[in-house]
Amino acid sequence: MIRVVLPYHLQRLAQTDAEVQITVDGAVTTRTVLDALEVRYPMLRGTIRDHVTAQRRPFLRFFVCGKDISLESSDLPLPEKVASGEEVFLILGAIAGG
Amino acid sequence: MSGVRVLVGTHKGAFILTSDGKRSTWNVSGPFFGGWEVYHMKGSTVDPNRLYASQTSSWFGQIIQRSDDGGKTWFQPGTKPGEPTTGPDGMPLAESNKFVYDTSPGTGKPLTTHQWYDGTQHPWEFKRVWHLEPSYSDPNTVYAGVEDAALFRTTDGGQTWHELAGLRGHGTGAQWMPGAGGMGLHTILIDQKNPNRMFIAISAAGVFRTDDGGRTWKPANRGLKSQYIPDPNAEVGHCVHRIAMHPSRPDVLFMQKHWDVMRSDDAGESWHEVSGNLPSDFGFVVDVHAHEPNTVYVIPIKSDSEHFPPDGKLRVYRSRSGGNEWEALTKGLPQSDCFVNVLRDAMAVDSLDSCGIYFGTTGGQVYMSADGGDTWSAIVRDLPAVFSVEVQTLP
Repeated sequence: MIRVVLPYHLQRLAQTDAEVQITVDGAVTTRTVLDALEVRYPMLRGTIRDHVTAQRRPFLRFFVCGKDISLESSDLPLPEKVASGEEVFLILGAIAGG
Repeated sequence: MSGVRVLVGTHKGAFILTSDGKRSTWNVSGPFFGGWEVYHMKGSTVDPNRLYASQTSSWFGQIIQRSDDGGKTWFQPGTKPGEPTTGPDGMPLAESNKFVYDTSPGTGKPLTTHQWYDGTQHPWEFKRVWHLEPSYSDPNTVYAGVEDAALFRTTDGGQTWHELAGLRGHGTGAQWMPGAGGMGLHTILIDQKNPNRMFIAISAAGVFRTDDGGRTWKPANRGLKSQYIPDPNAEVGHCVHRIAMHPSRPDVLFMQKHWDVMRSDDAGESWHEVSGNLPSDFGFVVDVHAHEPNTVYVIPIKSDSEHFPPDGKLRVYRSRSGGNEWEALTKGLPQSDCFVNVLRDAMAVDSLDSCGIYFGTTGGQVYMSADGGDTWSAIVRDLPAVFSVEVQTLP
């Protein structure tokens, strides 16, 4: 069980609380976590990653275990604490602008 | 008793203003999609309870929302609450916010770049939907004008969108460039007598016309003169802010350009200026009276960068002669210290016997006149900055 924390507007879009729980089969990476998140909450497709390129949207960042992994490869394994649900996968919107 | 429903898109959400046919007392509902930019909302004329909204965010991208009950409840087409969230093959639904440019060789003559501000070529990048135009014959068919400029269409009620790639691919696309607000396709006019004919307008490329339902297009800018581009008479490159037509007279078009109010009497084959005695021929909106095809409304704005009403007076100008002779309409509108703007999609008319005119400002006011513009009052005064106003006349 993976715990993902969504920013406020995506919570409203997905009609969830801040934290959602998903399961990932196989390797736990940023890509597989987001794939599973979008299967569970399809209305989030395109809001976190570009529809076509699957690139992270510019104003969003990903944190795990207190570390910013936004610029790391999305295919790297995430820490065991994230894979086990002890720590969350945190999606943050940039604090900027109107 | 008949009534009206005013659909207001703002910088921070959507609002719906309703009234009976007297239009003297109003109910305000919203915000819907609070915190998101709502560039445009529009209803189907075939099924007035079918509404579409463009909800966008620089953070989270494009969302298409749909209501089947006149705006009481909303959902993303394809992901209605309670429905399965995946199809039989396990793939996610919710393709409704997916706008992908056509790059197929068969349809698109695929274009990958347009002109950037500095003259270099720049990749086409989808940013948002500026305008949604439902078909006049089918509530499930809607056209979407997007930034970077392109035209999309859905025929399944917004669940999936496909580009009408002949517009970008017709030949001049590589010359188009963004205006200050981006390269948006902001106006879609459908000829109700001949739905195969449509006009679209792009800032800053100009007007284009199709006569075959969107398969092929040609520029329709002859007669436009823009001193701010290298060739003032160029085939494309004009910053057209808005065009309007009366459904009974689809060959007559009115245009508010970045400088100049223009008119065409031959379906865009040629244009001539009708700015006449306007205090400024810059502005964004233009619209036509519901029952008088020769009565036209504009709101003059100062430019190039000020973008507020001349002399701090918010004045709607009306021409009853199809242009050139304009009268200021001021009763009920602020005539001192007013420095709001009125954006290109923020004027609309209803079709009640006494035609109502509506417009919204960047100061958050939505003004209306129930007597064709003679007198005005504010329905609301303190909304977020208004991006768009549409009106539905209800039975």
